[in-house]
Amino acid sequence: MAKKIGQSVWKFLDERFLLSGLIAFGKKKTVPEHRHSFWYFFGGICLFLTGIQIATGAMLLLYYTPHIDAAHESVLFIMSGVKFGWLIRSVHSWTANILIGLLFIHMFSTFFLKAYRKPRELTWVTGFLLLVLFMAFGFSGYLLPWNELSYFATRVGTDIAGSLPFIGKALKTIILGGSEVSQATLSRFFWFHVALLPLAALILIGVHIYLVQTLGMSKPIGESGKKDIPFFPDFLYKDALGWTLMLVLVGVLCVFLPWEIGTKADSLAPTPLGIKPEWYFTFMFTTLKIIPARILSIEGEKLAILGFMTGGMLWMLVPFLDRRAEREKRSPLFTWIGLALAAYIVVMTILTYTLPKL
Amino acid sequence: MKRRNFLDIFFGGSLLATIAAFVYPVVRYVLPSKRTAVIENSVAAAKVGELPPNAAKVFKFGSAPAVLINTAEGTLVALSAICTHLTCTVRYDGETGTLFCPCHNGRFDLNGNVLSGPPPRPLETYAVEISGPDIIVTRKS
Amino acid sequence: MNIRAIRLLAAAALFAPLLAFGQKNSCVECHDQLDGKLKAPVAALAADVHAEYGLSCKDCHGGNPDKDDIELAKDKSFKGSPTRSQIPQFCGGCHSDAAAIRSYNPALRTDQLNQYGTSRHGQLLKSGDTKAAVCTDCHGVHGIQSARFPKSLTFPWNIPQTCGRCHADKGFMAGYKIPTDQLDDYKASVHAKALYDKKDLSAPVCNDCHGNHGAYPPSVTSVASVCRQCHPSTGELFTKSPHKKAFDELGASECEACHGNHKILTPSTAMIGTDDNSVCVQCHEKGSRGFEAAAEFRRTLDGFESGYRAAGELLSQAKQKGVEVSDGEFKLLDVTTILVTAKNLTHGLDTAEIAKTVAEGEAALVGVRTAGEKALDEARFRRQGLAVTTVLLAVLAVALALKVRRMAHTRREREGHGGSQV
Repeated sequence: MAKKIGQSVWKFLDERFLLSGLIAFGKKKTVPEHRHSFWYFFGGICLFLTGIQIATGAMLLLYYTPHIDAAHESVLFIMSGVKFGWLIRSVHSWTANILIGLLFIHMFSTFFLKAYRKPRELTWVTGFLLLVLFMAFGFSGYLLPWNELSYFATRVGTDIAGSLPFIGKALKTIILGGSEVSQATLSRFFWFHVALLPLAALILIGVHIYLVQTLGMSKPIGESGKKDIPFFPDFLYKDALGWTLMLVLVGVLCVFLPWEIGTKADSLAPTPLGIKPEWYFTFMFTTLKIIPARILSIEGEKLAILGFMTGGMLWMLVPFLDRRAEREKRSPLFTWIGLALAAYIVVMTILTYTLPKL
Repeated sequence: MKRRNFLDIFFGGSLLATIAAFVYPVVRYVLPSKRTAVIENSVAAAKVGELPPNAAKVFKFGSAPAVLINTAEGTLVALSAICTHLTCTVRYDGETGTLFCPCHNGRFDLNGNVLSGPPPRPLETYAVEISGPDIIVTRKS
Repeated sequence: MNIRAIRLLAAAALFAPLLAFGQKNSCVECHDQLDGKLKAPVAALAADVHAEYGLSCKDCHGGNPDKDDIELAKDKSFKGSPTRSQIPQFCGGCHSDAAAIRSYNPALRTDQLNQYGTSRHGQLLKSGDTKAAVCTDCHGVHGIQSARFPKSLTFPWNIPQTCGRCHADKGFMAGYKIPTDQLDDYKASVHAKALYDKKDLSAPVCNDCHGNHGAYPPSVTSVASVCRQCHPSTGELFTKSPHKKAFDELGASECEACHGNHKILTPSTAMIGTDDNSVCVQCHEKGSRGFEAAAEFRRTLDGFESGYRAAGELLSQAKQKGVEVSDGEFKLLDVTTILVTAKNLTHGLDTAEIAKTVAEGEAALVGVRTAGEKALDEARFRRQGLAVTTVLLAVLAVALALKVRRMAHTRREREGHGGSQV
């Protein structure tokens, strides 16, 4: 009986959405299986976590108020007064950090597997832009609880943006909505976080996924094996297994390490000692802190920022620069560059928390 | 065949149960609870007529104590009740018309100014207005 | 532009730097070229409060700073540096002249010299003991900063060190027959903790109890008045209590008898009661009325305080498990104030008063305990919920894994049978 109902529902939708064509296309999709195919899971899990962020974010919107007199209090209310508010909020905060970590892993795994080579250059470019977007998500979201740490981290972060040559001052004013962190900043960051960035992210994710689905998975250079599994349902079930385990991890974290609320921001208070941005920015932050004040008569900090921007640009354009990979040839130079960058990020991040005077 | 079906039922069942376990908190989250939102920039501190002249009442304002005073002349004033010295709760002293902190004898006037003792800063003052039967205390911005 | 104008302009340009320097000061110019002790005054002068008012070397030492020649500079008005016993009069020349000081700072007191005369230091100096402290020992010389500035030797948190320079030096103080452990004792006290750790500038330092210019150890009977400056409610309670009469008759020092003078520690309920380290047994013998009362007070306070601590424990347990307890913490703040009040009331020795306050506190504690227990329940609920969800997810994961395995198995079979249709 249930089967009959199911069939007639399916028929109804198929006649109107023309789903059969899509299904046929989907059935043809395969995912290669080889020594390194484990890394294929990371893209999917990032998408899953993004979905969680959108869902929990939408729920937080129900009780959060983006006004400096109410932001902190509303987060306190969510954590203490709303049923399961502590869970929704902690999931959102933990998942944000896990997601950004996994995005880095996803990026580096595709880099080392040279998945960016032709015809997948734009997948890489959109992916890199998505990483930047998600770090902006993190930066804007961090301010919303309006606590001491987030207020000062925002101040420090925007000060760095403001030190860029030529465009710095204008950029800082646009970001802050004024000359300092204020109500205008909170409103603006809220707008970034729930409107502008999600819109941009959805477009980019759409393009990114379209490309991945159309072009299929890239195989490592020199991988000649023909073994593969269907995407629907085999690979998807494997994906789901990973997602299930991720949910367990997030659940444990939220119950045993709920996200703290902090003390309400006070613009008149002195900057707390050892203020740092969130961990995913610390590699840049620590670089700025330890770079010498002057290098060949150029201000060290400005040089470092320029370095980051140039580096980022080059990193984004790697598919067009790696000629050897383009020709399906092993490209050890780029592998070494990638390793160096990964090591640099890891070392700088660790130094942030181990160096005494930072 | 039987094993195949069992696995499918097992999978379908556990999936449904998991989904239910996730839907439950979402539903409870969305349903409004009895507690009103805590955007406490203003609170109904007392009812009109509740305080006789030269009397005071400590009430909760946000997450901190505050004090509403009906002065001897009949005016209503409200201030933060957290002593700026070491955060003890101040109390109204009807005999002198001042706010007194029992911990180290800090004394404030009804504008929050420090009159004597160790407190380093004045008490924050709030705006008071009457709305119907309620006395509403609001934070000054 | 004729040649005369050019010459005038050139002259002006040449001498302009001198104008920038203001008045010529040959004292500074000469002494800057010397070494060690003779150069020190010049370096220190920049920070000196006198320099701010436009005063310089000649205003205290006399002489003529316009003259470069040493004989002309050290003219008839030159006083040189005073001897130690001359210093109070040297400074007092201006500082006890109200009319003179008024033209610089009308709010500044001018009775320091008079006060100094009544002080122990002043008396010793008058009798010929030049080891006694004089103005420069406490205020410094040449680099004197106003006591409102943190680097001043007389800024509150520097005062213990300034007094301690002599008073904690056993060798220096030998022969004066007073102890030299006051600085160490003070540093262990609750007042020092407030001053140095909490940066509470209202905490008392040496001069708050001993006076500064008129410094003299307070007599046995006046110690209590000293403490009452900041602790008047405690003093009032004590005055109304039966202890007042007893202490007066015994000639015992109020406050100090139980709390000490320099090493005043945070008072705890352990001070009250009948065990060996309580202060009550110093006077009250076993079986006496005072002894019984002490035991009673201790019992009441201990009960209340342990309840307070237990309630706080509940809250921090729940907080540690991740539950929001700000509501309960707010209620606990009230109880903290009541506890302090109850402890203070012990000075009045009024059992009824103390019982009333403790009852108030116990009533408030009920609210805290309820909040704490509710929070712990919530923590338990969360962990149970997590367990259930984890089990469900684990089951789902197992189901998925089995499905994956079966699919791979089926696929291998199909491929084995030649060709796949998937």
